[in-house]
Amino acid sequence: MNALSSRGALADQAGAGPDTDIDTMPALELCALSKRYTLGGGLFKRGRALQAVSEVSLAIPRGQVMGLVGESGCGKSTLAKMLLGLATPSAGEVRVDGRPLGDAGQKALARHIQPIFQDPYSSLNPRKRVAAIVELPLRVHGIGTPRERAQRVAETLDLVGLPQRAAAQFPGQLSGGQRQRVAIARALIMRPDIVICDEPTSALDVSVQAQILNLLLDLKQEFGLTYLFISHDLAVVEHLVDRVAVMYLGRIVEEGSRKQIFAAPRHPYTQALLASALTPEPGLGVPDIGLGDVMPDPSNPPSGCAFHPRCPKAQALCRESRPTLTAETTGVSRAACHFASA
Amino acid sequence: MPLLDVQDLRVDLPVEAGTLHAVRGIDLSVERGEMLCLVGESGCGKSMTSLALMGLLPRRARLSAGRLDFDGESLTALSERRRGQLRGRRMAMIFQEPMTALNPAYTLGNQLCEAFLRHRLGNRRQARERAIELLERVGISAAAERLAQYPHQLSGGLRQRVMIAMALMCDPDLIIADEPTTALDVTIQAQILRLLRDLQQEMGTAVIFITHDLGVVARIADRVAVMYAGEVIETALTQALYANPSHPYTRGLLSCIPAPGKTPPGSRLQAIPGVVPSLVGEVEGCAFRNRCPLVREGEVDAARCEHTPELRRLTGDHQARCHYAEHRAATRVAQPELSP
Ligand SMILES: Nc1ncnc2c1ncn2[C@@H]1O[C@H](COP(=O)(O)OP(=O)(O)OP(=O)(O)O)[C@@H](O)[C@H]1O
Ligand SMILES: Nc1ncnc2c1ncn2[C@@H]1O[C@H](COP(=O)(O)OP(=O)(O)O)[C@@H](O)[C@H]1O
Ligand code: SF4
Ligand code: SF4
Ligand SMILES: [Mg+2]
Ligand SMILES: [Mg+2]
Repeated sequence: MNALSSRGALADQAGAGPDTDIDTMPALELCALSKRYTLGGGLFKRGRALQAVSEVSLAIPRGQVMGLVGESGCGKSTLAKMLLGLATPSAGEVRVDGRPLGDAGQKALARHIQPIFQDPYSSLNPRKRVAAIVELPLRVHGIGTPRERAQRVAETLDLVGLPQRAAAQFPGQLSGGQRQRVAIARALIMRPDIVICDEPTSALDVSVQAQILNLLLDLKQEFGLTYLFISHDLAVVEHLVDRVAVMYLGRIVEEGSRKQIFAAPRHPYTQALLASALTPEPGLGVPDIGLGDVMPDPSNPPSGCAFHPRCPKAQALCRESRPTLTAETTGVSRAACHFASA
Repeated sequence: MPLLDVQDLRVDLPVEAGTLHAVRGIDLSVERGEMLCLVGESGCGKSMTSLALMGLLPRRARLSAGRLDFDGESLTALSERRRGQLRGRRMAMIFQEPMTALNPAYTLGNQLCEAFLRHRLGNRRQARERAIELLERVGISAAAERLAQYPHQLSGGLRQRVMIAMALMCDPDLIIADEPTTALDVTIQAQILRLLRDLQQEMGTAVIFITHDLGVVARIADRVAVMYAGEVIETALTQALYANPSHPYTRGLLSCIPAPGKTPPGSRLQAIPGVVPSLVGEVEGCAFRNRCPLVREGEVDAARCEHTPELRRLTGDHQARCHYAEHRAATRVAQPELSP
């Protein structure tokens, strides 16, 4: 287990340098990050704008896991793509160890932040052997001699629990869980500080999911990795994360520690989300979560609080004025709701 | 007499490497008005079972069954035409992805009324009235106007509601729902499941609900059948299955998902190492033995597990396909580990 042990050397390589206040600074900071897509021409009405992410500000402390939850289309993956440099923010910035990402450039960025995506089937090149897939980021960045790279591939496969013979195999010859291990190995070979996991287990069976979650937890512990963990599965999120951010229609509507969010959710949407998680307890039936089911159109979001057409607590004020996320206070989560629970 | 009585159902598919035994001798029975959940991981044969029951298997698939009776009538003996008359009328299906079942070129009204008219249950006006009534019943507002809309104009959750309404149009005795909420958000899933459960109880419809989600099963099923590698490996009333899971695979499935309030956050989860055996060619012995913790930990006589276990009765309605379903260590394994 020494594949990532030369972390300090790598940080120098990437130009991070030994920062004095690095430990008080969040590893990853999003400052009023927004992404606007223009749906122009083609099938769509001309020039329509879609605000996929709006003014998201979040800070993830070093070595912690931030969970990001919210329903399909609310902007989670768009946010992840901006962090990975795969989408350009329309406004706002991302800071890694206090430094704006924009200055770093794509290559330096990749050394700090690596992704693990949902689908281990489509995210791996089917015509490349596992060794080549895992080695690729090193080659792209011109790191090491071929021998050193082969050594690091072997160490990393070991680290993620893949047998060495897997190196010579093609993705199609591996199980879903093994493929996801390959994807994790490929992310870790760059020895990143931050890993963005976009639904890393949702394409896997539960018996395999457990292995991958155990692995992610081990790696976090061993290397002090910082994760942004996107998932639909609230039980998994509760198991894995330190903090949770809840997103609705491009905005963070609640953010707090795991305990705050799961034990005392304050925003009506978070409350509904938690109520709709069906735990394996027979006899409880399916709860009536009391939500309207008018799904919002992201290119034409409701006025005021975007959740008001579905919110069981909505009042006249909610249609007119958009609540802002409250500032950090001790003991309770931050919530964007005019009538947040105490 | 059960509404559906299936014994030794088998589905074989010719593949390049030989014959894939997708369903390997399943017994099922469904009572009128009952919600039976078929649960298992991907590839265990859930969809092939449902297609076999509906008579919708791919052309090259081979079906055999010791018994395949629907309301006392043998389905295998029916002509394709008679089978078609049952389908949609007395047996209806709800698919995971409604877009594969809805025709994008026709209005919702056309598609909702089609089976009703085809089975001559009434005239156009009556069909339309029933469609509106059911759309309202599944929580779709402005139902009359919706009839003129096309499937792509609806969200995934609304489409799934339309599928439920469509399945109910002819007031069937049995609905087979294959992962109908898997693609939906949890809030929408909860709403749809509640609706399906309410309607099922109100109309006395029997439902075979297929899912891989043990949380969903716990909340909606009357009875559960757990599948593994093309077989039913355990079946019981829902309460009994969760209180006393008896097959090592069922116990593994229940303990590998984090249980809020029980599994300490950040602790190691119990995984089921290994992979499902290939279903191409014959499976020798217990299909689970290469992953079974009882075998791995030397708790049981591995030689005995090389002989295929039968699905056998433990108590009352509770059956399991394991030589060692009563094994004491079995219960130990079921407890989630409390120390990290
Ligand atoms: N390249 C793009 N061009 C235009 N619109 C886009 C693009 N990518 C995403 N969107 C839109 O932005 C919104 C947010 O999408 P995103 O993929 O971030 O959602 P998500 O939260 O990851 O959803 P899911 O849970 O389904 O993965 C959606 O309305 C989506 O349709
Ligand atoms: N059209 C097909 N041709 C060949 N094999 C198939 C086909 N469809 C499914 N199978 C195989 O049959 C088995 C059972 O599949 P399926 O019933 O779809 O599983 P589930 O619905 O439980 O995920 C799997 O091994 C699968 O790969
Ligand atoms: S601001 Fe109003 S509509 Fe929005 S979540 Fe709070 S109560 Fe509901
Ligand atoms: S029969 Fe043997 S291998 Fe199969 S589940 Fe039981 S103990 Fe395990
Ligand atoms: Mg996404
Ligand atoms: Mg299926």
